[in-house]
Amino acid sequence: MNQALTIVPDKCTGCMQCELACSYVQTGTFAPSQSLMRVSVFDEEASYAPFTCLQCDEAWCMNACPVNAIAIDAASGAKVVVDRLCIGCHLCTIACPFGTVFTLPQSGKAAKCDLCHGQPACAAACPTQAIQFGASSRPGAWLDSWAAKVHRSHVAAFGE
Amino acid sequence: MTTSTGRLLRVDLTHGRVAVEPIRADWQRDYLGGRGLAARYLLEELDPRVDPLSPGNKLIFATGPLTGTPVPCGARYMVVTKGALTDAITTSNSGGHWGPELRFAGYDMVILEGRAPRPTCLVIRDERVELRDASHLWGRTVGETEDGLRRELGIPGLRVACIGPAGERLVRFACIMNDRHRAAGRSGVGAVMGSKNLKAIAVRGTGGVAVADPAAFMKAVWKMRDRMQNNPGRISFTELGTAATIDMTQAFGGLPTRNFLEGQFEHYENLNGTTIKETRMVANKACFACTIACGRVTRLGEHAGKYLVNTHPRNWQAAGEGPEYENAWALGADVGVGDLDAVLKANWLCNDLGMDPISMGASLAAAMELYERGVITDAEVEVPLRFGSAEALVRMVEATGYREGFGDAIAEGSKRLGAKLRHPEVFMGVKGQEFPAYDPRGFQGMGIAYATCNRGACHLRAWTPGFETSGGRDPHVPEGKSEWVVHEQNRTTAHDSTGTCLFTGASGGALEALVPCTSAARGVAYTIDDFVKIGERTWNVERLFNLAAGLTKADDTLPRRLLQEPHKAGPSAGVVVDLDAMLPVYYRERGWSEEGVPGRDKLSELGLAST
Repeated sequence: MNQALTIVPDKCTGCMQCELACSYVQTGTFAPSQSLMRVSVFDEEASYAPFTCLQCDEAWCMNACPVNAIAIDAASGAKVVVDRLCIGCHLCTIACPFGTVFTLPQSGKAAKCDLCHGQPACAAACPTQAIQFGASSRPGAWLDSWAAKVHRSHVAAFGE
Repeated sequence: MTTSTGRLLRVDLTHGRVAVEPIRADWQRDYLGGRGLAARYLLEELDPRVDPLSPGNKLIFATGPLTGTPVPCGARYMVVTKGALTDAITTSNSGGHWGPELRFAGYDMVILEGRAPRPTCLVIRDERVELRDASHLWGRTVGETEDGLRRELGIPGLRVACIGPAGERLVRFACIMNDRHRAAGRSGVGAVMGSKNLKAIAVRGTGGVAVADPAAFMKAVWKMRDRMQNNPGRISFTELGTAATIDMTQAFGGLPTRNFLEGQFEHYENLNGTTIKETRMVANKACFACTIACGRVTRLGEHAGKYLVNTHPRNWQAAGEGPEYENAWALGADVGVGDLDAVLKANWLCNDLGMDPISMGASLAAAMELYERGVITDAEVEVPLRFGSAEALVRMVEATGYREGFGDAIAEGSKRLGAKLRHPEVFMGVKGQEFPAYDPRGFQGMGIAYATCNRGACHLRAWTPGFETSGGRDPHVPEGKSEWVVHEQNRTTAHDSTGTCLFTGASGGALEALVPCTSAARGVAYTIDDFVKIGERTWNVERLFNLAAGLTKADDTLPRRLLQEPHKAGPSAGVVVDLDAMLPVYYRERGWSEEGVPGRDKLSELGLAST
């Protein structure tokens, strides 16, 4: 059984505590712009969506990397950037279908969620349990029910 | 880039010059930040007799040491200036995301001076600061301005503080809005911004806020968060929002109704937190770093189409935020309107046009009283200004924001409106600023709190109802209230200066919890006594400014209606405010003279002898 992040967008209030926590892990300061967990705000729909790397089973970023700088963390199963090996070619950021691999402006190297080696700071910081960390059948399983819900509301509003 | 800031941005709008300055370290220590620090700068730099709408006035935006950090509700910034409504110092607070963004860009404070020759916006992108032409944004609503700037500059994460049409037209109680629905609301700070031809300040910051001792800081943050998590006050804010208060004020006969002619409102249940939650609310919304999320995202009900009486199609929105308790009162009970959809609509109009809903509703209530008494005639108004008329409410809010028709008179605020029509008795407020939603005949303590507040009538400088209705105390007697108000004013002022939200105090995160957070952030060992002293020092700075501006003891008073005319029915029947009993005690407790002037000993004690 894998450990994975589960996101419940309905519970998110847009407070950005997750971005503060993530950036503190990355930089030692509070800098939401450096966070690897990003909250998208959709004011018109009164909806907030925290989102980060889904830790795909077959990771596009890993496959794309020409120097094998993305490895699997033994403890958490997360795909992590090995800073020492990364040459800053940006291929992983292009390969990611979800746009959750970033390039750090200071170093020019890739950065992505590494699940804080099994204790994600974002989940701990979330005051409403919109971000949870625990057992999951597979990473990103929460997206199935979310997609179904969005589909239902779309049908309700606009028809099939 | 990391920053602990300690820098301020000084903008000369007249000549288009921008400069970065270090903030005086001694003041940062003695005033923390936000309200205190900015008030100290204003006292030092501004002639208190300046016309608030002249280029000589200064407009300060100030964050605190905890703004932009994970301290619960570390979202706040303070706008400090001489108020257009009050002709006194004002300190108007707002949340959202703008204040933190300013710190991420590397600045604690912005001081704006002069007047731009044409509509202008200030754009801050980390070290890049520029004044841009904003002629194309002039006339736009708050929502249009924010979206327009984000598109124009191509920065999705841009945060915008701006004025709407009301600020441009110098409506005396215009707000500065940020993140569309958050407001530095009171005393006409938006009119001051409008008088400077400044439409917006847009900020994007990619830096990080650093703290002096991160380990101690995070420990203090988690201690505070844990205390708030299961606190009943916190849970009530989250579940029911601020509008839950309406049940309490109604019960004590302290819910001012129809311009304070009554103390209870027959339709209060239509406007309370439960009704809003069950019938109009879509989601909670938090400000930056907020673990409470008292904000309500709301939708109009099914039959609200009749309130689309606006003449401006751009205002036909059907979604927004709120209403808060104050707005549900000012746009509800105070004008006698019990229709939640009309209140919502009026509330959103206030937000989008950039106006303070408290002064808006209260000024309309004063006009409605004069209409009912025949002083204002049908020939002067486009809709009959009857108490309880939802149509009049929605239309007059819009007309006031654009200064159309009779709205032009309401836009001056109820003190000027009453004076112009030779009925000054309809003005329900202090120092030119309308009361918020607590009738001092129901809560005596609010009487002394209102009368002595430096920025005119305000509930956020010492909120007494909780104190007065607990511990076996009687809210209808004056004894013991002045002492508590002094104590609370000092604490609240320190709280405001940290850059966090006052609501943490009612949610288990009292001022004591902020002391270790601030100490670790700054690397200065503060105690709670230091904080209370900082609050007292700042309160005296504000008082000194007002005295130099020409205010006197005579301004520390209440309208005759509260002093001489009791309610005829309800729990507060027969009670008037005994200000004569409370004011001398207040001055004594403050260490001021009988005329309300801080003495030399008090000023020396506070390190203010040189002022």
